[in-house]
Parts: sequence; C-alpha cells; structure tokens
Amino acid sequence: MKITLQNVTKKFPSRNKKVREDVIAVNNFDFEIPDGKLIGLLGPSGCGKSTALNLLCGLLNPTEGRIFFGDDDVTNLPAENRGVGMVFQNYALYPHLTVKKNIMFPLENLKGAEKMTKEAMEAKALEAARLVQIDGLMERKPSELSGGQQQRVAIARALVKVPKVLLLDEPLSNLDARLRLQTREEIRRIQKETGVTTIFVTHDQEEAMSISDQIVVMEAGVIQQIGKPQDVYDDPKNLFVAKFLGTPPINVFNGRIEKDGLWIGQDKLFDIAAPDGIQIADQPVTIGIRPEGFILGEGDGGALTFSLTEVEVMGRDITVVSAHPDCQNVEIRSIISSENREEVEALMEKTGTASAVRFDVKPHKVHIFSTETGQRIYFTAK
Amino acid sequence: MERNNMKAWLYLLPAILFLGAFLVYPLIDVFIYSFEEGYNSASQTYHGVGLYNYSYVLHDPYFLQAVKNTFILVIFTVPISTGLALLISAGLNSIKKLKELFQTVFFLPYVTNTLAVGLVFMILFKKTPYSDGLMNLILGLFGMGPVDFIDGPYWAKMFVLCFYTVWVVMPFKILILTSALASVKQDYYNAAKIDGTSRLRTFTRITLPMISPSLFYLIITGFIGAFKAYSDAVALFGTNLNAAEMNTIVGYVYDMLYGNSGGYPSYASAAAIILFSIVLTITCINLLISRKHVHYS
Repeated sequence: MKITLQNVTKKFPSRNKKVREDVIAVNNFDFEIPDGKLIGLLGPSGCGKSTALNLLCGLLNPTEGRIFFGDDDVTNLPAENRGVGMVFQNYALYPHLTVKKNIMFPLENLKGAEKMTKEAMEAKALEAARLVQIDGLMERKPSELSGGQQQRVAIARALVKVPKVLLLDEPLSNLDARLRLQTREEIRRIQKETGVTTIFVTHDQEEAMSISDQIVVMEAGVIQQIGKPQDVYDDPKNLFVAKFLGTPPINVFNGRIEKDGLWIGQDKLFDIAAPDGIQIADQPVTIGIRPEGFILGEGDGGALTFSLTEVEVMGRDITVVSAHPDCQNVEIRSIISSENREEVEALMEKTGTASAVRFDVKPHKVHIFSTETGQRIYFTAK
Repeated sequence: MERNNMKAWLYLLPAILFLGAFLVYPLIDVFIYSFEEGYNSASQTYHGVGLYNYSYVLHDPYFLQAVKNTFILVIFTVPISTGLALLISAGLNSIKKLKELFQTVFFLPYVTNTLAVGLVFMILFKKTPYSDGLMNLILGLFGMGPVDFIDGPYWAKMFVLCFYTVWVVMPFKILILTSALASVKQDYYNAAKIDGTSRLRTFTRITLPMISPSLFYLIITGFIGAFKAYSDAVALFGTNLNAAEMNTIVGYVYDMLYGNSGGYPSYASAAAIILFSIVLTITCINLLISRKHVHYS
C-alpha cells in the first residue's frame, strides 16, 4: 500500500501559558512512501517522529493536510478502520493473556462477514507466530518471555490481521546490543517475506541505515532529507544530516574558502570551484570530513596537520584519534586501513608525546556547509 | 546468619508481643469462653463445658434475625457498591474537565461522621406525624403511598440500611478504583484501539483484568466490612436493634455483652466465633475464586 502525505502538519497547544504559540510537532510533511518498502523515520528524540507515526496510525489527527493509503483518503478515518498494525515501543502486550491469546486478540475483534471461527483464528495466530519464530511459546505469559521474544510477539500481533501498513515505534530500543542486531535483521526478513509497507521510527541512525530501503531524516518537526540510506550518507543536504548519520560521526571543522582554496587554519586542503566551474565567493564555512575520508600522509606529506592523541587498532582498520583547534568535535577520529601498519606503528610510538600526524583527504568525503545556514555548498575539487 | 536471625526476631519482638497480647490471646480466650457454660466475668466461674452456648445462640430468634439481616446486607451492598463505584470511577477516568472536583465530591462522604450521616438519612426517610420526609415526598410524585422507612415494614427498613451502607462505603472504593484505572497504561488502550477493539470489549478484556487486584481487594474487604456491620444500623435505628428487627451479628454480640439483656459473655463468645467462621469461609472461597480471575503483574 502506497502512502501519501500531503502537507501534513500537527500542532499541539502550548503547555506554557505565557507562550501562546502552538508547538509544531510535525511541520508540513509532504512525501510519498512507495508500496512494499521499509522506511526508517529517523531523528533525535523530541523531533516529532513518534507524532508522525501516530498520525499515520490514526491515534492523532493532523491539524492540516491529508493522508492517503493508496487512493483512499484516511485523514479522518479512526485508527480501528485504517487497517494498520502497530508495534509499540514497550510492546504493550496484554500481561494477563498468553502469547496465543495476545496474537489472537485483533482477530477476535472482527465482526460481521469477517468473523472467524476459533479454529481459523488459532491457525492464523500460529501462522503469524511461525513467521516470527515463536510458535513454541504460545502458552506462555508475556512476563515469562525475554525482551526479544516479547518483541516478536508484538510483531506477530501486529501482523496477524495482515495489515496494509506496519508501524514500529522504536522497535529495538528496549533490547540489548546483540539482540538489537539480530532483531533488526529479523524485521528486515519479516518485511521482505510479507511485503507489507513498513515504517519504523528510530533515533539510532545505524539501525535505520542498516535495514531501511529509504530513510526520512527529520529534526524539530521538519523533514531534512529523504532518500536511500547510502545516498543520504554520501550526499547530505545540510550539516544536521551530515552530523546525524555515521558512526563515528563526521569531523566538523571551522574553515574558510579563500581565493579558490579550502582552508582549515593554516592548512589548505585543495582548490575548489562551484560544480559549473564558477568561483565560490570567499567566506567562512563549516567543513565536514568523514572519518574514512582521511589518508595518512606519506613521510612528511599531507595537507592537514593534527596533534596526535591516540591510536586504536581494531583489526580490520585503525582509528587515529587526534585534535585540532578548529575542530568542533571533542576529538578527530580518522579511520585508515590496517595496511598502513608500519606507519601506524611508528605513530603509536609517538603517542603521548604530543606529536603531529599528517593527513591528506579524499575530496568526495569532504562536505562544505554554509556556516550561517548549515546548507550544503556544492563544489568540485581541482 | 544465626546472628542476623536473632536480630530479626528482636526487631519483630514488640509487634509480636503486642499482637500476641491483644489479638491472639483474646481470640483464643473467646474461643475457650464459647465452650464454657454460664461463665461469669466478675467471679471468673463457670459451671460446665460443652456446646450449649452454640446451641442456645443458634436457637435464639434474635440471633437468627441478625444472621438473616447481615447476609441480606452483604449480598446486596457488596456487589452494588463495588459495581457502582466501578461505573463512577470509569466515568471519572474518562472525563477531563472538573475531574478533580468530582473526585473530591465523591470522596466527601468518607470523611463525614457515620452517625451524622445516619441522622441525615433518618430525617430524609423518617415519617412523622408532622411530615412524611423528603423520600416520601418524591415517592408521592410517582403516586406511591407514604412508607415509614425507619419504623415501618421490614423491607423498607432493610432498604434504608442497604442504601445507607452502599452510600457510606462507596467513596473509598471510588478512590481505590480511580487510581487503579489511572495506572493502566495508555499504550494498552492505543494497541486495542488500533486493533479495532470495541469499547465494551476493551473494558471487559483489558481494563477489568488490569485492575482486578484492586477490585478483588475491595470485594474481600467489602465482604468482611459488611459482615462486621453494626454502627450503620445503630445510626439509623438506635441502640435497640432487636426490637427494630434490624440487628446484625456484631450487634447481637454487643447486646449479649452489654445490652439490655446483657451479661452473657459465653453466648457472646459463641456468636463471635460463629461470625468468625462465616467470614473465614467466605474469604477462603473468595481467595479460591480469585486465583483464576485476578491477574497480578
């Protein structure tokens, strides 16, 4: 089921009596979610992503705008008639009912022509349980299950009625790190098997990046960027998106454009021009460099000079931790290949003595943003 | 470990001594008195041991009347007061405006004096040569004849007693149930709503099981409280309850100890033990039933 949002806005009245202005939780959402895809709604906490989810499932009504499921306008349709399945952050499993009864609960609500016999309901419940691999736990109570198992029951309950849309609110936040990895793969698998359009909300960019077909990055109720995870990562529209995506986070520097050159402090990275070859005006800019955008300088070479703090060898790759007065991050993290072992070993001997480390940068891993607006300034390296 | 054990006992000692002296010992003593025939508390003498006290009490028409009254009171007031309290709490829980005001209003009877309320009820229901009372005025509007609820027929008096009891016990139940209802997480209701659950089904399948521990607590204490009713009847009908046919078991025990016919501690003890066994049996049955229907999280 394709979902279309047209200029959807949700305002809440202000709690603060002195400030009469409404709080805008969702501001003018206008996008389309293609059928059968897995969409990650991503943003820091308090950015309105849960409100957006509640608008989709019908627990909240938008202040303005329209929502369509397929060609049907569901804007004013109550939650129970929208045909959505929802998994709540804390699962909201009914504690007094067994797993089986929990999964059957939505089916028991069906009325009229849709009404099912008990056998049919049990068969359906078992089918849903098999899909999430909890068919061996049907007689247990939720309190007798682990967090991961409860999560699966919640998904089975949401899927048993074969919803048009599956909504997941922070589905992994209550799980431990290992289970989180496993469960997110599981969500991906279930989504592929059922083909149901799925939207999940998360504040964890890694989670969203790893399983989504598309991510919607939002902040303060405003959509920042929509796209395939890798596209958004490689081509962020603004500083917020660049900073929000990626672990370790992007290294942000106060820099400037001066006479066609890109500068951080006394170091010149490279010469730049606008994509159409026109000169970019001299101005202070914010420069983001992805951790993997650094190349260890050979010998005394390298455009950038940082003071070395620490070297972390992780096996597959090496993280060089350093500092620079113009860097906005607490520390600069550069990830380099472990093939640079000899140089790195030389570096490691130097750590602690406050010595310099020199890097060159890969231009396509460098993003320039307007210091004033945070918007991306596109360029070509010369 | 051993040391800790000693310490624990030491901490418990004051409570154990107190409960032992003022709860366990009297209970055992009452049990013993109930078998001692013709016990005299002044001279501490008796002239035989046996079941005569029980036989006397069980054949005493006043006692049988008291048992009947008590059971009627229990059977009507516990379900009605709990049911009404549940309805009112559910209502309170779903309104937003003036919720606190109504909560206060519904709780007021709890902090009012029983006897004062009894007096008000008496004035409302009593028929005197000068006035038929407010209740009869209302009945008159529906074309029903004046009934003396305080000195009149048995059913009328019983009705007033039940009405009064329900009115007195409800505030506490409403208080407990509103807080129980408020503690049910909104997520459950949201989940049920998205799954298309009707309001009635949401109430019976989700709300009720979730608040069942509080509900069960109220039913148990409601039963026990109603079995031990006494002051309510006094407030309405005065101290000569036997004459008014409105005595309760506890009232009977009291009368046997101190009342007009007073000075029979053996009979009083036997009646008290009978009441104790009734309450114990009912509570056990309640507990057995609750195992299946009460869900502790």
